Amino acid sequence: MSASTHSPVLKHHFEDLGQQHACERLGIWMFLATEILFFGGIFGAYTVYRLWYPHEFVFASSHLNRLFATINTVFLITSSLTITLAIRSAKLGDRAALIRYLLITAALATAFMVVKGFEYAEDFHEHLVPGPSFSHEIEKEAVDKGLDPGKVQLFLCFYYIMTGIHGIHIIVGIGCILWLVWEAWRGTIPPENYSTVEVVSLYWHLVDAIWLFLMPLLYLAGAGYGAHH
Amino acid sequence: MSIAVTHRGPAAAPVPPEPAPAPVNYLNVSHTIWSWLFTVDHKRIGLLYLGSISVFFVIGGIFAALVRTNLLMPNGAFLSEDAYNRAFTAHGVMMLFFFLIPAVPGVMGNFFIPLMIGAKDLAFPKLNIASWYVFMIGATFSGWAVLVGGIDTGWTLYPPYSSRASQSNVLPGVMGVFISGFSSIMTGLNIMVTVHKMRAPGMTWGRLPLFVWSLYATSLIQLLATPVVAVTLVLLMVERAAGIGIFDPSIGGDPILFQHLFWFYSHPAVYIMILPGMGVVSEVLTCFSRKNIFGYHAVAWSSMGIAVVGFLLWAHHMFVAGISFYAALLFSLLSMLVAVPSAIKVFNWTATLYRGSITFHAPMLLSLGFLVLFTVGGLTGLFLATLGTDIHLHDTYFVVAHFHFVMVGGMVIAYMAAVHFWWPKMTGRMYSDWWSRVASVIMIVGFFLTFVPQFIMGYHGMPRRYPNYPQEFQILNVMSTAGSSVLGLGYLLPGIYLPLSLFFGKKVGANPWSATGLEWTTPSPPTVHNFEVTPIVVCGPYEYAIGVDQMGRGLPEPPGAQDDPSHRDGSTGPSGPMKKETEVVG
Repeated sequence: MSASTHSPVLKHHFEDLGQQHACERLGIWMFLATEILFFGGIFGAYTVYRLWYPHEFVFASSHLNRLFATINTVFLITSSLTITLAIRSAKLGDRAALIRYLLITAALATAFMVVKGFEYAEDFHEHLVPGPSFSHEIEKEAVDKGLDPGKVQLFLCFYYIMTGIHGIHIIVGIGCILWLVWEAWRGTIPPENYSTVEVVSLYWHLVDAIWLFLMPLLYLAGAGYGAHH
Repeated sequence: MSIAVTHRGPAAAPVPPEPAPAPVNYLNVSHTIWSWLFTVDHKRIGLLYLGSISVFFVIGGIFAALVRTNLLMPNGAFLSEDAYNRAFTAHGVMMLFFFLIPAVPGVMGNFFIPLMIGAKDLAFPKLNIASWYVFMIGATFSGWAVLVGGIDTGWTLYPPYSSRASQSNVLPGVMGVFISGFSSIMTGLNIMVTVHKMRAPGMTWGRLPLFVWSLYATSLIQLLATPVVAVTLVLLMVERAAGIGIFDPSIGGDPILFQHLFWFYSHPAVYIMILPGMGVVSEVLTCFSRKNIFGYHAVAWSSMGIAVVGFLLWAHHMFVAGISFYAALLFSLLSMLVAVPSAIKVFNWTATLYRGSITFHAPMLLSLGFLVLFTVGGLTGLFLATLGTDIHLHDTYFVVAHFHFVMVGGMVIAYMAAVHFWWPKMTGRMYSDWWSRVASVIMIVGFFLTFVPQFIMGYHGMPRRYPNYPQEFQILNVMSTAGSSVLGLGYLLPGIYLPLSLFFGKKVGANPWSATGLEWTTPSPPTVHNFEVTPIVVCGPYEYAIGVDQMGRGLPEPPGAQDDPSHRDGSTGPSGPMKKETEVVG
């Protein structure tokens, strides 16, 4: 952007802002494709094991805390709204509103992680952890019901790996949003360069969307468990 | 973008390139070490890749030499069985993940894609330098794992051995591979966006050089396959480090699942390695036979065909691993399907050569070598795709010979062709013609000596990965090891004459090979921003028949004219002072 004579936000190797924004948008969509495939590998593995061990998975799922997950879902969906409002503010050149919406989004994301922390703490407290410290009560309960406790642990492996990787994505997202706040504060997001906000928001929507798959796969799978057994 | 300012440096003067007396190019624009380490210039990043992968190639080669030397004796010449396992794993990991996969996309792709499509840079220059750093961090992890004792699992890292039983440095090794995968994704993404959005006016899809098409197809695979192996390696690492995992059979997990996920990447990865080589060969064969490529669209679309079909045949690695009969049948059929686009390419190259005016410089010799070796490698692949013969040949030296024919005979030879073809453009200097021809022939002969005996051994049942073998295989193993030292000599020679050419080589003009691509219309080495003015493309990439480059300008004297001594000092391009030819060696 240094040698440019056109616009302070045009990078030197692009012909014009249109080309620059087209590149940025195409780039983020391609990155999102890689993210979907990254999660796709593990979703595929989950599908295979869910088909093989349906009863164990439903049983294990019924031990997860659906209240925390529901609260978190609300947080994430709301944050998707606020980051979209941030794009609108950036487009209109309303810097104060842009910063405000970005901060609300970051706060909601942080709240998600805090709730997630409480949830993990509760899980550990209940020994809902695969491996040698796996809860004896749940193991006994599973055996009583004719289920294989090993496969109950397998579900929990998925639970920790999937929510863990998703959590890392949330933390990265918080970092990106705070970087946007900093950029907006410095005044480097003028209306003609709002695509930076758009790029981050697309990433953020993906993180939301993945959660909307994790929620039913992990938490709601065991929702009707008591009714059938 | 403060980096861009400092890297242009004080030498660039207030006035941009136009009337500078000594031409400013990307090499001499700034000389500090920081100007290289913080560069966002795609050409410098290409050279950073060139330097680093050359080092990894040497390391991988040393381990290959250890393995081959050990196999001189039926009971192992000098390595313990454990050390042997670690040596062949180190060879595989180094060569595959840190040489073959980044070689052409990292070096030639970074350097030449923007030049070939008339762009000033790749779409995301900072992402580009980040990809090199990520690559180096990954290489550091894996290299460290190798140095402090190595990995003994084989490069395929199959659990449960790798996740539980192995006592070696699986974790840092896998970590390195995982990290370097991101570098591969970044490079692929950058190339795809650049090709889509940054082509010069007139550079339609139908006028893209075939090298660009092949790297576009490669990038597609990098983008779509690498994330899957990334998550697979995460699962493996979590299983090994934290004891929670999904491949562990003791809690109901399935190691075969790892193989599915792993080969879903690693089979397409074969095409990440070979497709760029095919692109290089398309450029070189048409240039040195002075003919338009035969069937441009067929060659371009067969790259995309290979990229797509390459995703559908991973499970042919698992014919004996316990997949169902019908699945094996299907994957056998799909595996044979990839022969179709590959054969389209080979036939088109052959048709391009037909009645061409051929000159045998090093890039051409190597490309012709590629044509033969890749064809043999491809045809022996059919033996392995066929269900019945694969059960006999599975995990024998036949497989080893097959994939070395494709990857070494194909990819490494094509990489060498690329280095020789574009070296004058990258450095502005020409290497010794005679020595480069000698090295090319030695490489190809050494290659045959090394790997043809392995086909015979494998056909007679010598298993791969074993340090010991029956006495009857010794003569073939000795032949193979002897061949590998000839091959090593072939690789050593460019390691000598190419660096020497930097100091003693003849300076070349913009277009020493009289080729048609846009990259040959800028000075050698290219200026900082590639083109003084954005080029306007008016014709296809291979108009050798009417003798014009892509901007519609006439081509200089083709290199074959140099055989006539009266043409020796003739200028071969518009820029760069011509000196009397200086032979590098001899």
